[in-house]
Parts: sequence; structure tokens; C-alpha cells
Amino acid sequence: MTAPVIELVDVRKNFGATKIIRGVSLAVPAGERHAIIGPNGAGKSTLFNLISGRFTPTSGKVRLCGEDVTGMPPYLINRRGLSRSFQVTNIFPRLSVWENVRCAVLWSLGYKYSFWRGVEDLADVRDRTEAILEEIELCDRRLLQAGVLTYAEQRALEIGITIAGDARIILLDEPSAGMSAAEAARAVALIRKVSQGRTLIMIEHDMDVVFDLADRISVLVYGQIIASDFPARIKQDRAVQAAYLGTAA
Amino acid sequence: MSDVTTDVVNVPARAGASAGLAGVARHAAPWLALAVAFAVLPMIFTSGSALTMLSLMGIMIVFALSYNMLLGETGLLSFGHAVYYGLGGFVAVHAMNTVIHDRLPVPLFLIPLVGAFSGLLFGIIFGSVSTRRAGTAFAMISLGLGELVASSSLILRSFFGGEEGVSTNRTKLLHVFGLNFGPQIEIYYLIAFWCLLCMVAMFALRRTPFGSMCNAVRENAERAQFVGYNPQAVRFIAFALAGLFAGVAGALAAINFELVNSAAVGAGQSGLVLLAAYIGGTGNFIGPVIGAVLVTWLEVMLSDITDVWQLYFGLLFIGVVMFAPNGIAGLLMMHEPLWRARAYGPLPRLLLTYVIALVPALATLAGLIAVIEMTYHRSVKASEGTTISLFHVTLDTASFVPWIAAIVLLAGGFLLFRRTWPVVGAAWHDAIVYAQTAGKAK
Repeated sequence: MTAPVIELVDVRKNFGATKIIRGVSLAVPAGERHAIIGPNGAGKSTLFNLISGRFTPTSGKVRLCGEDVTGMPPYLINRRGLSRSFQVTNIFPRLSVWENVRCAVLWSLGYKYSFWRGVEDLADVRDRTEAILEEIELCDRRLLQAGVLTYAEQRALEIGITIAGDARIILLDEPSAGMSAAEAARAVALIRKVSQGRTLIMIEHDMDVVFDLADRISVLVYGQIIASDFPARIKQDRAVQAAYLGTAA
Repeated sequence: MSDVTTDVVNVPARAGASAGLAGVARHAAPWLALAVAFAVLPMIFTSGSALTMLSLMGIMIVFALSYNMLLGETGLLSFGHAVYYGLGGFVAVHAMNTVIHDRLPVPLFLIPLVGAFSGLLFGIIFGSVSTRRAGTAFAMISLGLGELVASSSLILRSFFGGEEGVSTNRTKLLHVFGLNFGPQIEIYYLIAFWCLLCMVAMFALRRTPFGSMCNAVRENAERAQFVGYNPQAVRFIAFALAGLFAGVAGALAAINFELVNSAAVGAGQSGLVLLAAYIGGTGNFIGPVIGAVLVTWLEVMLSDITDVWQLYFGLLFIGVVMFAPNGIAGLLMMHEPLWRARAYGPLPRLLLTYVIALVPALATLAGLIAVIEMTYHRSVKASEGTTISLFHVTLDTASFVPWIAAIVLLAGGFLLFRRTWPVVGAAWHDAIVYAQTAGKAK
């Protein structure tokens, strides 16, 4: 048995006296699509911030493929193959759509801080950027500034930036939030496609999306995981129903 | 979004940008044109003072572009960029004196390399401290470092030469190709050569993976972290390279003046480059070039005409901040959509409204100048009599008439000027709509 791709060991996070994450342990094996659900304020986004290095845990360990990455800055965690999207769109607003995606491609193709090569002369960068634009269906928007895109287009770009680096592990924070049903369906199709052969962890409020996509679901309530199981069994779980599904339905 | 018009979005060259000689020629053509322009400028402006001014402009172009690597490209507001300019100049001048003293086989035109190296070195040293933070913290640290170096320049006399600075003789270095670099024309061409080289280098730098990430860090440093980049490292490299080019500019100044003093590292010089970059426009490459040319011209011309030239300078800066926050280049680039869509139809009307707006604007300016000059004359030069000559008109500051005339020009002109704004705005709006429909039709 190989080490889980992501492993959280009794992770806790306090903001001052407020305990937001109160001892979360979670193991996600390679290739799994894992959904995290829970009521507002349960700490789902905080958990993502802890995994991706945006916050440092107050205590506990975060491991990536067996390696301890607790307290590492986000760029080091990203270079180890983890990429994430944000709930509140987090793009480069005054760069073009093309440049937004290109920025996300550069490090993974090994160009680092290179200042002796023309970025538009790099065929692999161009091809990969082009492929991502096709995937997120923004080819005809390439020259627009990202800040002027529609909301749904910005959400698509957010996912594009997240997957552009070809990371093995992808964290998506509410990818379908604020979308119409049609847009959400397109987003789900895109997520299904890009998560092929990768490990996906996703925060999502839309239960149709969750039960459609997820191999396994964890339910986070008040900073603790109260259940982590297959979708069919999560539906049956009494604690989950009481805490979340029951009230939401 | 008001920003749409200001940013030049790089058009991705899809069919192999590096392909063949045609691509190279297309890239090189503007630079060859600029090289020719640099070569023939002294033949058009032949006077000694023009040659001096052109030399100063060349130095300022390099300095302002290096500053914009920080402000425009990476979003770092520095109040101490003259440190790298001045230290580059000081090291260069000491290097020249060493070369002269030890009779080393080094020609003058390689001295800017010394400036580049020392600018880079000090950029690395001070950058390692200041680029850990962005925003206000970075600005404050740059201010502190600037003051630190400026005050050391008066203490460490052996290196900075105290009040009088360090002088040298540029003609005493190794002569090659029969150049002794005595005449200003030879210095001009030396500066022009290095200016062009630095311009090409800084332009190319924008189009590298690193340059691209500078923009990304400027826009959203946090997101840059989640695509694998350390924003501190990006800022640090940008800072060090900006120091390098500032050092070249400082060395060119040292060669030009044969003297460097503590003013070169001071807050005044740091402020000047900020003004040049900002007035010209930080949003695109040509902005700081325009700013450098304009600021140098104003500095030389205005200081000949009026004692209070710095006041006008400040007013110009305030005017740009208030009415054209993207600088002169920003104003010019607003017209890019028209140009790109080949939509010249609405152009006559647009230009006409500009002329209509310009008349009251000039009246306002004339009134303002009259008020400033008369006030200055009465308060500082009252002993020289009550009359001054302005625009070839003799005004008696003791009489009410010129004051009233000036105030009427100033206030009335401004009120009229404001009335023209909606007219210009409407013409502008129609032109853009026209350009967009024309663009879509194609």
C-alpha cells in the first residue's frame, strides 16, 4: 500500500481564541475524487488553505505523498504537484486571458525565473496554453483582460489557471458557485475531464454535483469531520442527515 | 473597466515567433529605425546646447526605464532608485580614475559596464532587504535606504568626495579607434549606443518568462504563489536588474559630466525619475521614454526661462495624476483601438474637439503662469522694480489690470475648459463605438 497522496493528521487551526479546525484527520488515496461538504462556516475553505500552504496549522501534520509539507509556503507545495482554485475568483485581472494561463504554465515546464528567453518563442508554453484555453473554452477571449470577463468566464479561467500546471493533485473550492444550472453542468463536465488520472479534492455546495462526481465524501461540521465515506453511505448516515443534509433538504 | 484601453495586451505570436529571417527583421525593424534616429538627431539639432540636452535625455531614458521595471512592471514604488544610479556613477568615476592612474588598457566606452556591475551589486545587497515586502513597506524601506546612502555620502568623504564630489577626466583613458571622447558629439554617440543597448535589453526582458511573472506578481502576488512562483524572488530579481540598468545610467552621467557628487544618490534624483516615469506613463514601454525626454527638456528649458521652474514641474505632475493617471503614453494609447481597427472616419471630429478644448486650456495655463510669475516677482524680486516681461508683454505688477486679466484668463479659461469636456467625451465615445463596430465588421 503506497502512502496516501494527501494525509492530514489531527490538523488544528485557531484564529486567536477561535478554534476553526478542531482536529481533522483525512487520507485521500491517489486518483480519488473526494468532495468536502458541510454547512457555511464549518471551515472547509480554511482546510484548503491549510493543505495548500496559505495558512500554517496551529498543530498537526499535512503530508503530500508521504512528505511532510506542514508550514511550507504555497509555491513550494505547488511545485510538489498540488494546485488549487479559489472560492472568490483569484486571477490576474489586468493581464490578458492568454497571459493568465501562460503564467500558470511556466513553472511546471521548467522555465522558472528565466530572463534570457522570449516567452512567446517557447513552443511548449504556447501549445500548453492553447490546449488549456481550448479546454476551458476561452479561445476567443484570449486577448481580453481577464478582469472584464463575465463571472462564469472568470470561474472557468480560475479552473484553467489551476489545471494549467498539470498538477497531480487538484483542490477546487466551490467551482460551480454562483453559476446557472447550464453553466454548472458545463463546469462539472470540465472537472470530470480534467480530473482524469489525478487526485481531486473539491468543496461544493451543490449536492447534485457532489453525488455526481465524488468517489468519496467527507462531511465537515464545526471544524471536525463527522463522516467520511462513499456517497451512498453518506446519504444514509444519520449524523450527516441531522447536521447537514436534513436541514439543507 | 477604464483600464481596457491602457494595457497593451501582447498578441500571442502563434505561428512560430522565432521563425526565420522575416521574424527577426520584423522584431529588429523598430530598433534599426531608432538607431538611425539616434544617429541623425545631432545632425538636425546641431547646437552645442542641443547636443548636451540629447545626451541628458539618453541618460534619463535608461534611468526612467530601469525605474519602470519596478513601478510599472512589478508594481514596486521605490523612493530611492537614485541610490543605484548614484553608486553606479561613483564606482564608475573611481574606476575611471584608477584606469587613468594605473594606465590600464580600458577604453572609456566600457566604463558603463562598471556602472552596470556596481548597480547590480548594490541592487542585490539592498534588494535582499527591501524586496521581502511589497506595497507600503517596500516604499518605506526604499525611502530609508535612500536616506541612509544620501547621508553616508556626506560622511564617507574618501569615496563620495564630500560636498564637491569626485571628478575625473574622460579623455585620459585608453584611446581606441582614434576617439579621445573630448568633444560632446563623441560622448553623445557613446550615450546613444548604451541607451539603445539598454532599451533593447529592457524591452526583451519584458517578454521573458521572468518579465511575464513580474506582471503577474504586480497584479496578484498571492495567486503567483499558487502557480509555483515565489513573489519575493521575482521582486528581488527585478530589483537587482533595475539596479543594473540604473547603474549604467549613473556611469553614463559620470562620463558626461566628468563629475559625480552626492546629489546623484539623493532624494531629488529619486523623485525626478519617479516623476519622469509617472508623467510619461508606467503602463507601457514607451511611457518612461516620453517622460524622460519631456522631463529633461523641461528641466533644461524651464530653468533657463523662470526661477520657479520646479513649481511648474510639480503642477505638471499634479495635473497628470489628476487628469491622466496613465501618463502621456496612456493618453496616446487610448487611441490604439481606433488605430488598430483602422477607424479613421471619426478622427477629424475628434481632433477638432481636442483643438476646441485646447484653446481654453492654454488660456487657463497663460493665466496661471501670469499669476505665478507676478506673485513670485512681487514677493522675491520686488527690489528690481514692479514690471516684468511675460510672453513678450510688459506687465506692471503694481497695477490691478494685469492681475484682473490673469485671474479672468485663469478662472474663465478653466470654466470654459470644463464645458468642453462633455464635447470631447461624446466625440471620443462615438469614435470608440465606431471603431468597435468597424472591428467586428472585419
